[in-house]
Amino acid sequence: MQTQPNQAITNPAAANPVAANPSAARPEPTLMPPVDIVEDGNGITVTADLPGVDPDDLVIRVEGRSLTLEAPLRLGEADAVSFVYSEVRASRYRRSFELSGELDTGAIQAELRDGVLKLRLPKSERAKPRRIEVRAAQ
Amino acid sequence: MYPSMLKGPGDLFADFSRLQERLDELLGDIREPSSIRAVARQGAFPVLKVGSGQEATEIYAFAPGLDPSAIDVSVEKGLLTISGNRTTGAEDGKESREGKDEIAYARERFTGPFRRVVSLPEDADTTKVEASYRNGVLKLVVPRLEAARPRQIAVNR
Repeated sequence: MQTQPNQAITNPAAANPVAANPSAARPEPTLMPPVDIVEDGNGITVTADLPGVDPDDLVIRVEGRSLTLEAPLRLGEADAVSFVYSEVRASRYRRSFELSGELDTGAIQAELRDGVLKLRLPKSERAKPRRIEVRAAQ
Repeated sequence: MYPSMLKGPGDLFADFSRLQERLDELLGDIREPSSIRAVARQGAFPVLKVGSGQEATEIYAFAPGLDPSAIDVSVEKGLLTISGNRTTGAEDGKESREGKDEIAYARERFTGPFRRVVSLPEDADTTKVEASYRNGVLKLVVPRLEAARPRQIAVNR
């Protein structure tokens, strides 16, 4: 699993596959993995279903405020096998999210297990909820 | 929903699949064609892919995050059934989870009981089905009966 923070990519419109890949006249179809997104006081947890993805193949990119998950789908089928029925045709997962400014992009943690990715996006210290002590005026 | 693997190209499913591909093309859905969510919207879990080879039929079920021992695979009268129950943590009481300052923005992942059925070819050797689970994909290999495999027949003089 690779995390590449602030990787220099000239095109910021990563959510748009046409713009992100100008060389391809027609972009390669991609699968959009379903996600659960839950926020708590300390950050946001994104859980994504990525069946058929090897942890070594998953690329998580952060460019500015955009977070992109991308991975090839590999089934390891026998060479002599041809698919006769398929509910998924694309061979690549891709999904982008726009992050809000209070998330600490340098501290993102990712874990992929049995085709389920857990991404933890912590809030930066100053954005965490705090209790403000009210002192009685003298 | 019940893919037949008895027939080669030209059968109803292949035709339908081609029609769908053609429609995708015509509608020019350049953003996200064949989205896994569109599949999920039809309520299909796990998503299936079926491959046919000379020696075996391979069935792939996209079932991420499951305990392999909790997936039930059975074969009866030429029908292979994959069933089980998926928990994602989203269903255990909204009050208890979201009481702790938790807010859910998206709950797209499938949760709950599932069941899918695939009809096997007539020459399937259902006594030798092999199942494995890797990276969230259940792979079932159903060999063809020896007698049904293509063979070279030597001509004697």
